[in-house]
Amino acid sequence: MQGPDILARLQERFGAAVLATHAEHGDHTLLVGLGTLLEVLRFCRDDAALQFDMLMDLTAVDYLTYPGREDTPRFEVVYHLYSVPHNHRVRIKAGVEEDAPVVPTAVPLWPIANWLEREVWDMYGLRFAEHPDLRRLLLYEQFEGHPLRKDYPVTRRQPLIGPRN
Amino acid sequence: MGVADFFTTKLDAALGWARKYSIFQYPFVTACCGMEYMATACSHYDVDRFGAGLPRFSPRQADVLFVVGTISHKMAPVLRRVYDQMTEPKWVVAFGVCTCTGGFYDNYATVQGIDTILPVDVYIPGCPPRPESVLDGLMKLQDKIAVGRQRY
Repeated sequence: MQGPDILARLQERFGAAVLATHAEHGDHTLLVGLGTLLEVLRFCRDDAALQFDMLMDLTAVDYLTYPGREDTPRFEVVYHLYSVPHNHRVRIKAGVEEDAPVVPTAVPLWPIANWLEREVWDMYGLRFAEHPDLRRLLLYEQFEGHPLRKDYPVTRRQPLIGPRN
Repeated sequence: MGVADFFTTKLDAALGWARKYSIFQYPFVTACCGMEYMATACSHYDVDRFGAGLPRFSPRQADVLFVVGTISHKMAPVLRRVYDQMTEPKWVVAFGVCTCTGGFYDNYATVQGIDTILPVDVYIPGCPPRPESVLDGLMKLQDKIAVGRQRY
């Protein structure tokens, strides 16, 4: 299936729940609300025409100081899906508000989401509801804050031993 | 100079000469500098010419700690523990610019120079350093080992 056909199939199925679509450098992207995110992901995996059986990547973006994004939610979670049987890809995005940074977990759909969601929690501080084991993946437990948030001070150091800063 | 001083100085010189040619290193390899370390250690550059050909993978049997590669804050306590487990006399070589200063990893994750957590004898800058500069650093370390008062 080609990218425009994938987007058309998802728009046909979810209608107004699809907030926007675009294609950047051939990467076809679907923007949905956080409420319908899990439903969309499940459909992507289980639909016979789509069969996105692989979660290539799960990450987030912090648009805190991004020009032109003042009125949109601060964060976005980004899912890159790939289908081995059909050899096609799609990208799903959903906005996440700063005051309620909770995203439904995708672990029941793709087990790899376990570590990817832990990394997003580690770096961006987005919580994943009903994640089986939401601990930091890369940083140490004593670390305070989430370093890839744009308001994390670029010079802030938190060494375990040795001088601070 | 008394007779006792004469013998102490000669003993120091003999011990220093022996120690500089019997370096048992502990390679603490964490990143890409490890490739240059391997190139230096293998037959083409042959670190064994300087008597440093036998890496010991136990800190308790090693004299020189080669810190090769970026050290993150999460790794720092491990490195310090390895250093503390080594027996005297011991020396530390900072191999590559990440261990010297943190290099271009000026961020939340990286130790800005391992000399913030343990004493360093020789700094070998480079990203990564060529084997020639590693051997140069090794010879400087040998000079440092050979001169001065030996502990025994």
